Amino acid sequence: MTEVSGRLRLVCDGVVRTARLMVGVPDYQTYVAHRQANHPDQAIMSYEAFFRERQQARYAFTKGRFRGCC
Amino acid sequence: MTWQAKLGWTAVTVLGAVAFGVVALTRGEPVNAAWLVVAALCIYLVAYRFYALYIANTVLGVDARRVTPAVRHNDGLDYVPTNRYVLFGHHFAAIAGAGPLVGPVLAAQLGYLPGTLWILVGAVFAGCVQDFTVLFLSTRRDGRSLGDMIRAEMGPVAGLVALIGVALIMVILLAVLALVVVKALVGSPWGFFTVACTVPIALIMGLYSRFIRPGRIGEMSAIGAVLLLLALLYGKTVSESPALAWYFDLSGEQLALVIIGYGFVASVLPVWLLLAPRDYLSTFLKIGVITLLAISIVILRPELQMPAVTRFIDGTGPVWSGSLFPFLFITIACGAVSGFHSLIASGTTPKMLENENQACLIGYGGMLVESFVAIMAMIGATVIHPGVYFAMNSPAGLIGTDAVHAAQVISNWGFLVTPDTLTQIAHDVGEATVLSRAGGAPTLAVGMASILSGVFGGNALMGIWYHFAILFEALFILTTVDAGTRVLRFMIQDMVGAVIPAFRQTESWTNNLVGSGLAVAAWGWFLYQGVIDPLGGINTLWPLFGISNQMLAGVALTLCTVVLFKMKRQRLAWVTIVPTLWLLVCTLTAGLEKLLSAKPSISFLAHAQVFGDALAAGKVLAPARTVEQMSRIVLNDYIDAGLCVLFIVVVVVVAAYGLVDIKRALSNPRVTTVEMDAAGAMAGDD
Repeated sequence: MTEVSGRLRLVCDGVVRTARLMVGVPDYQTYVAHRQANHPDQAIMSYEAFFRERQQARYAFTKGRFRGCC
Repeated sequence: MTWQAKLGWTAVTVLGAVAFGVVALTRGEPVNAAWLVVAALCIYLVAYRFYALYIANTVLGVDARRVTPAVRHNDGLDYVPTNRYVLFGHHFAAIAGAGPLVGPVLAAQLGYLPGTLWILVGAVFAGCVQDFTVLFLSTRRDGRSLGDMIRAEMGPVAGLVALIGVALIMVILLAVLALVVVKALVGSPWGFFTVACTVPIALIMGLYSRFIRPGRIGEMSAIGAVLLLLALLYGKTVSESPALAWYFDLSGEQLALVIIGYGFVASVLPVWLLLAPRDYLSTFLKIGVITLLAISIVILRPELQMPAVTRFIDGTGPVWSGSLFPFLFITIACGAVSGFHSLIASGTTPKMLENENQACLIGYGGMLVESFVAIMAMIGATVIHPGVYFAMNSPAGLIGTDAVHAAQVISNWGFLVTPDTLTQIAHDVGEATVLSRAGGAPTLAVGMASILSGVFGGNALMGIWYHFAILFEALFILTTVDAGTRVLRFMIQDMVGAVIPAFRQTESWTNNLVGSGLAVAAWGWFLYQGVIDPLGGINTLWPLFGISNQMLAGVALTLCTVVLFKMKRQRLAWVTIVPTLWLLVCTLTAGLEKLLSAKPSISFLAHAQVFGDALAAGKVLAPARTVEQMSRIVLNDYIDAGLCVLFIVVVVVVAAYGLVDIKRALSNPRVTTVEMDAAGAMAGDD
């Protein structure tokens, strides 16, 4: 039973992460973990700041970001 | 492979062959759409399991031990190693657009079979190969963009030419997509009201996620979805009340100006306020509707009313002019192979690949799903009565503006239809008329409404489903229009900035306004010409768009071929050479026919000549009514011809550079391509 609900949670989690990445917002926990592991001395953006940064980046036409396909 | 697996794949192949046989060989009686779905899915499975893996392992030599840019540059933001299924969703959402929905609908005038064949064959051997290879090449080059890779591998001139080509294609793409929306909303208060509501809804969502609950995407999208539904339902009331409907009953010219103005505002405003929330809404709606449509087709299993092949394969069709070769391939465009995907596949996706061996699933697999969307669009266009299909897609010049006359003309073409059928369908979907609603979107909306209402709600909800489908198409087309306008603005700023460096400052308001103005003016001009074009703008613009998009694919595949030669894998390079040559032949033939054909219905120049001669003789030819309209038609013809010449020049220059590079690569015994090596430095001697 717990195995089923655990798997279900995993699927839900995957769906949510996919939906977020579809609109250009990658996983925040992954970001935090990465900063903690690799740059422990530097500040970590709050989720709100992270969201704004990603939202802005999605529509900035640099580094090969290209929006608007047919 | 175990014997069980062999048995399984044999079964899939046999099932696919049987289903395909039913689809291809049935004549004279309706074929069930389920056969089409089964045939397509079996072909995709076999193509993925055998051809895609062959490309991955043998042709490209995918190396699972190689470090990807996501791992090398991991920053938790742009470069993040991402689960392959999550990344698949991201990539598919980025490549899915209006192209595969509109192209097959227009191609249905030849019957369902020619279009279906190209959607399947084109995807397996051209589209998927392009997406996968470009994704692979970009991953090996630190996630570089297509333009950068062309510059690095083929030199600065080829790079510059390709970049100019991309900007031109962008202009035509935005114009034609906006034209599809205009055609769908002309004289439709319900449709325009609902689509107009998406702007205030987006503003509410934007403010909510900025100030009230920052970053709560789920909440803001739920709010947006509920408001959207309310707008859709209230739209019916608006359309039924003459006083209210008057405000939302716009002519084509008015709609064009509204969309041009909207594109400008969306490009100027901060993204969080309008662009981003609309983007979220349209992305989720798009994925949701595609899923819903797939499920409904499987549940309902409708019959295809359109014959497998119609008499119009001789090139005399009313929807678009030109013979099957090359214009079918130009018309289908994105559902089989789309040059635009090469920009996406060298954009954000390569920066998130966990492992090189996942490029196959995401690049090749993503395009297979896109191709399936095109198959669904083909089903949507062919489940409706062929008479209704031709009534909706033929210009008023051919079928007139009243149902009796239209029914008579279309019945004479061999598609028996009564005036009652035409008025009844308009009544069912809640519109005044369905005659000459060109552009693909309304036809698909009728098809989708008949499929979706067959599963949910029956005939009573037909009107709601129709306008829901129109809303869905308009919403994500307009999202492409405003995001694309921003991209075009940055491109213009970048190009002009090469001469006037101060213009590159994207933060400057002057630059913002001037850049946005230039971007909007460029596509807005073509849009407006398309709207007032007495010949129906889709007829002119869609082939231009198709040619440009396929030419970009030709350019991308040329790059792939050059790199394969530089990698010393030339004996396997037929995988990209075959689709490259096919695309070059198709697009150059189409481009030259658009310039040099003797038929005014196909060639811009022949058309300009007919109207120019009449103008010189002081005559006014239908559909023009004034001398001014006559000279405008002539001018438009010359501009369209000029654009066509530019596209041809772009592809010929890149192909010529490709040949030179291939020759150089052959004469050098060593690998000459520039890849990232394991240490993270660019390797190679070129």
